[in-house]
Amino acid sequence: MSSGKNERLIVSPSPHIAGDETIPKLMYAVLYALIPAAVVSILFFGLDGLRVLLLSSLFCLLVEYLIMRFMLGRSSTLADGSALITGLLLGFNLPSNLPAWMIFSGAVVAIGVAKLTFGGLGRNPFNPALVGRVFLLISFPAQMTTWPLPRFLNFSWGEDAVTGATAISVVKEGLKQGESMDSLLAKLPSLIDLILGATGGSIGEVSAIALLAGGLYLLFKKVISWHIPVSYLLTVAVITGVIWLIDPTKSASPLFHLFTGGLMLGAFFMATDYVSTPMSAKGQLVYGVGCGVLTVVIRLYGAYPEGVSFAILLMNATTPLINNSFKPARFGHQAA
Amino acid sequence: MKSAKSLSSFRLGGIHPPENKLSATSPILDLPLPALVTIPVTQNLGAPAKVIVKKGDAVLVGQIIAAAGGFVSANTHSSVSGTVAKITDEVDSSGYKRPTITIKVEGDDWIEGVDLSDALVTDLGLTNQEMMERIVTAGIVGLGGAAFPSHVKLTPPKGKSCDVLIINGVECEPYLTADHRLMLEQGAELIVGIKILMQLLNSSRAVIGIENNKRDAIKQLEQLLESESGIEVTPLKVQYPQGGEKQLINATIGKEVPAGALPIEVGAVVHNVGTIVAIYHAVMKGRPLVERIITVTGKKITKPANFRVRIGTPVSHLIEAVGGLPMGSGKVINGGPMMGRALTTLDAPVVKGSSGILVMDGSESIRREAVACIRCAKCIDSCPMGLAPYLLKIWGERSELERAEDELVMDCIECGSCSFTCPANLPLLDYIRLAKQGVGRMLRERSKS
Amino acid sequence: MNDLLFYSVSSLGGIGLASAGMLFVASKKFYLYQNPQIDQVRDVLPGANCGACSFAGCQSFAEEVVKRQDLSELNCPVGGADTAEGMAEILGVEVSIQQRSVALLKCNGHRLVAPPKVEYQGVSNCQVSHALFAGSSGCAFGCLGDGDCVTACDFSALAMDQIKGLPVVDYEKCTACGACVKACPRNLYELRPIGEQGELLFVACSNKERGNFAKKNCAVACIGCSKCVKSAAQQEVAVVDFLSYITPAADLEGIGVALSDGCPTGAIFALGIDGVKERDEKRKIIK
Repeated sequence: MSSGKNERLIVSPSPHIAGDETIPKLMYAVLYALIPAAVVSILFFGLDGLRVLLLSSLFCLLVEYLIMRFMLGRSSTLADGSALITGLLLGFNLPSNLPAWMIFSGAVVAIGVAKLTFGGLGRNPFNPALVGRVFLLISFPAQMTTWPLPRFLNFSWGEDAVTGATAISVVKEGLKQGESMDSLLAKLPSLIDLILGATGGSIGEVSAIALLAGGLYLLFKKVISWHIPVSYLLTVAVITGVIWLIDPTKSASPLFHLFTGGLMLGAFFMATDYVSTPMSAKGQLVYGVGCGVLTVVIRLYGAYPEGVSFAILLMNATTPLINNSFKPARFGHQAA
Repeated sequence: MKSAKSLSSFRLGGIHPPENKLSATSPILDLPLPALVTIPVTQNLGAPAKVIVKKGDAVLVGQIIAAAGGFVSANTHSSVSGTVAKITDEVDSSGYKRPTITIKVEGDDWIEGVDLSDALVTDLGLTNQEMMERIVTAGIVGLGGAAFPSHVKLTPPKGKSCDVLIINGVECEPYLTADHRLMLEQGAELIVGIKILMQLLNSSRAVIGIENNKRDAIKQLEQLLESESGIEVTPLKVQYPQGGEKQLINATIGKEVPAGALPIEVGAVVHNVGTIVAIYHAVMKGRPLVERIITVTGKKITKPANFRVRIGTPVSHLIEAVGGLPMGSGKVINGGPMMGRALTTLDAPVVKGSSGILVMDGSESIRREAVACIRCAKCIDSCPMGLAPYLLKIWGERSELERAEDELVMDCIECGSCSFTCPANLPLLDYIRLAKQGVGRMLRERSKS
Repeated sequence: MNDLLFYSVSSLGGIGLASAGMLFVASKKFYLYQNPQIDQVRDVLPGANCGACSFAGCQSFAEEVVKRQDLSELNCPVGGADTAEGMAEILGVEVSIQQRSVALLKCNGHRLVAPPKVEYQGVSNCQVSHALFAGSSGCAFGCLGDGDCVTACDFSALAMDQIKGLPVVDYEKCTACGACVKACPRNLYELRPIGEQGELLFVACSNKERGNFAKKNCAVACIGCSKCVKSAAQQEVAVVDFLSYITPAADLEGIGVALSDGCPTGAIFALGIDGVKERDEKRKIIK
C-alpha cells in the first residue's frame, strides 16, 4: 500500500474543486454597491450624513462583537462583513440629524434583537436593518419624520439644518387636504432633483440614480438576481400608473413613486437580502409583487407616508410560506 | 465569446468551473506495458462477471477471463498476454477489496481474429445480429464513466424506438481531454462507429454534442461529415454538466427526460465517443475492450498527457510515466475534479470506467471551512435538475427521509454544482448523497412490503 | 367613566364566562375514557422516548403494556429492573427480571494501533465515509471514527476519544437502547448482558479477512488463530471467517483470564474479571 511518497493522500467525496465565491466576497460586493449612494448622501447632507453613517456602522459592529464575544461566547464574526452592511443600511434609513443614542438603540435592536437572537447570520427571519429602522420610527416618530433638507456641498458641522417634509409626505398630506396634484408639484423639487437626490429624506434613500447604479452593479456581479427588484419596481409602477391614468389630478405619476422615498434602496438592497427572502425564482417574483402591492397600499392609504420598510418586513414574514409553496422549476417534471 | 449566447445548452442551472484542459494539445501516446496487471473481475454496472480462468493459466491479449453473468453484465478480457499469477480479492481505488485477476505480463500476443492494423474498415457486410454479438463478446461498457453494458442500451425495450442517436463528446469535466483527443485523432473511426449504431438502432439521425471549447474537434468532425447525411455536429455552450445524459439530451434535441425514466422515453439513446470507437474496434476489427484512453494531468504535473492504457494497469504506472507524483501532492482522483473519486491507493488499477487521473496539489485539495448557510439560493440557481440543495442537505443531515423524497432527492445526478457554488463552502452534496442512500433504502423496503 | 368601567368589565367577564362554559361542556361531551393504568405506567417509564422498545415513544409503549396486561414480550431496556417491577406492580402481574445489557464496540482499531494511511476530508458522518472508502486505516470492517453512534446515543453513554479516534462506551450509562446498533453502518455494536460486577468478555474486532491481511492494517485485529477456541469449552467460542466470536453464554470467570491473556493480538476484551492482566497496548503500535 505504499504510495511512493511518505505523504498521506487525501480522500474526500466529490466535487474536489470549489468556486471562488465566498460569503465575505458577496458581502463586500454589496458594500461596494452602496458607495455611490453614500457619496451622494455626504454631498447633500454634509458631515452630518457622514456622522450618521459612521456611527451606525460602528455601533452595529460593536453590538455584534460584544454580543458574540461576551454573551454567546463565540468567536467574532465581524470579518464576514454582514454587520457592516446592516450598519450602513441602517444609517441609510435614518435622517441626518438623529442623535447618537437613538442610532445606538437602533443598532442594538437591529443586530441584537433582529439578528443574533435568531442565531446570527443566515437565521434571521427579518431584515435586521429594517427592524432597527422601524423600531426607531415607531419609538421616535417625530425625530424620524422630520428631515433635514439637503444643502449641496455644505460641510459645516452641527449647524441647525432647515428641516422639512419629504416629497412623498408633502404629496400625501396635500392630497388629503384636497389640493390638486399640479399645485403640489409646484412645491416640490423637480423630478430631476428627485432622481439625483436633492430632496429631503433618509440619508441613503434620496438619490435614486446612485442606488440604481449600485443595484445594477450587484446584478452585473450576479450577487443578486433580477427577479425581486424588477418585479417590485414594476408592480409599483403598474399600480400607481393605473391610478394615475384614472385621475392624474389627484394622484402622483408612477415616475414620482419610483424615484421618491426609499423604493430604490428597498428594491435593490433591502428586499434582496438573501436571508429573509424566498429562494426560488418563482417565489422571488411573488415576493417582489407582494412588496410592490403593500408599498403602494401603505403609501396611498396607510397612516405613514412611506411604506417600503413595512412592506418588506411584512413580506419577510411570508418568506417561509412562499418557500414552501413555490419550489424551483424542476427538470423532467413537466406535465407528461 | 459572441457566439456563446446562441449556442444551445440545457435548460436549468449549470456552472462554469475553470476548464484547465492542460493536456488538450498532447497527442495520445501508447503507454508501455507494466510488469503486472490487476484486472477487477467485474467492471460493469449490473450483474457480476464469473471468472473462467485459474491460477497458472496462460492468457492472450483479448482472451475472456471472466464471462458476463447475465444480460446486464459484460465480459472481462485479459488486457495483456502472460500467466495468471493469482485470483484474489484486491483493494480497488476506494480501499474495499473486490475479486481481481492478477496477470504477469509476458510479451504482447493477441488472440486470433483481431485486425491490429490501423486501416479504416467501413463495411464487413455483417448482419445486425452478428454486429451485436461482436459487441457483446467484446465486453463493451459505457466509457464515459458509468460503465453500463452498451449492448443493453442498444436493445430498446418493446414498443420504444430510437429516433435520434446522441453522441456524447462534451467532456465537460475540467482537466479531462481523453475524449477531445480521441475525436481529433480517431474521427474517421468514430463516424464508422456511429453508422454501426444507427444501423443497429434503426435510427436515421445522429447528433454529436461537443462543448465549444473543442473547436478543433468540432471542425475536424464537420469536415469528415461534409459528404454524409443524417449525422450532425452540435457545438454546445461550455457549461457544466453539459455531458450529463439528461442535460445533453435537453441541449441537443430540446427534450426533457421525465424523472426516473430512461432516455429512450424521449426517443434518444446516448453513447460516449469513447464507447463508440470501442464499438467500431469490436465490430470492424474484432478487437475486445482491453484498453482505453486516459488523461493524466494536474497543475504540478510537468507534462500532462493522454495515454492509451491497458485495463488493469496500476495508477502508479501512469503517474510514473508523467514523471512521478510531484512533491506535496494532496489528492489523486480517478476521473475529473467534479465527479471523480479520490484514490486511497495508487496501486489501484485502471478500469473500463476510468477517464482520467488527476493529481491535485495539497493546498488545492483541502476543503475550505464550512460556515452557516445565508440562503443566497445560489445552489438552486446552479442545480441542473431544479432541486433545492440547501433543503436536501438539511433533510439529509436530520435523516428526514420522507421530506427529502418529497423534495425529489432521487432526481439528483450528483454533479456537484451546488457544492462547487456554495459561498458558505457547505458540503451540500455529501449530505444529499446521504439522503439519497437513506431514501433509496426506504424505497427498496417499501417495494418489498 | 363608571359606565366605561362597567361595560368593559362586564363584557370581558362575560366573554370569559362564556368560554369557560363552552370548555366545560366540551370536556364533558367529548370525554374519552382512558384506562388510568396508562398514565401510571407512563409515569414509571424513563420518558426518554428513545424507541428502544420498538414503539414510537413511552406513551405508545404504555398503551401497549396496558392493552396486553402482560410483560413477557414487552421490555423497556432503558428503565431496566426498576421499571419492569413498577409496571408489574401496576398491572398486578409477575415479571422475570432480565439481566442488564450493554452495547459493546467490536473494534479496537484506534489511531495508534491502526494508523491512518489516508486522510479523510468531508463531513464527519460514518455513512458518508463508509460509502466513500474503506476507512483511513485501510480496514474495511473497522470503526470509521466519525461518530454516528455518539450522535445517536440519547444517554451520553458514548463519547469519542479524540486521541484514539474511537468511541468509548460508558457501561454504567448504557441502557442498551440499541440506537448505536442501528446507527453504525458497519454493524460494530452488539447488545449483550453484562455481569453484576460489570463482567464482559468479547472480541473487539470485526475483521473477516485472513489474519495476515487483517494484521497489515491493525495490530489488535483478530487473526482467526483459534487459540481462544482451544482454551474454552465448545459452544463458548467459535471462529467463523477468520473471526472469533465469544458467545454471551460463555462462562466469563472460568475462561476470561485464559482467553484474554492468551490472545496473541490482544483482541479479546475481558472487563471486570479478576486476574486479567492489563494489556500493554503500546507494544502493539504498528511502526
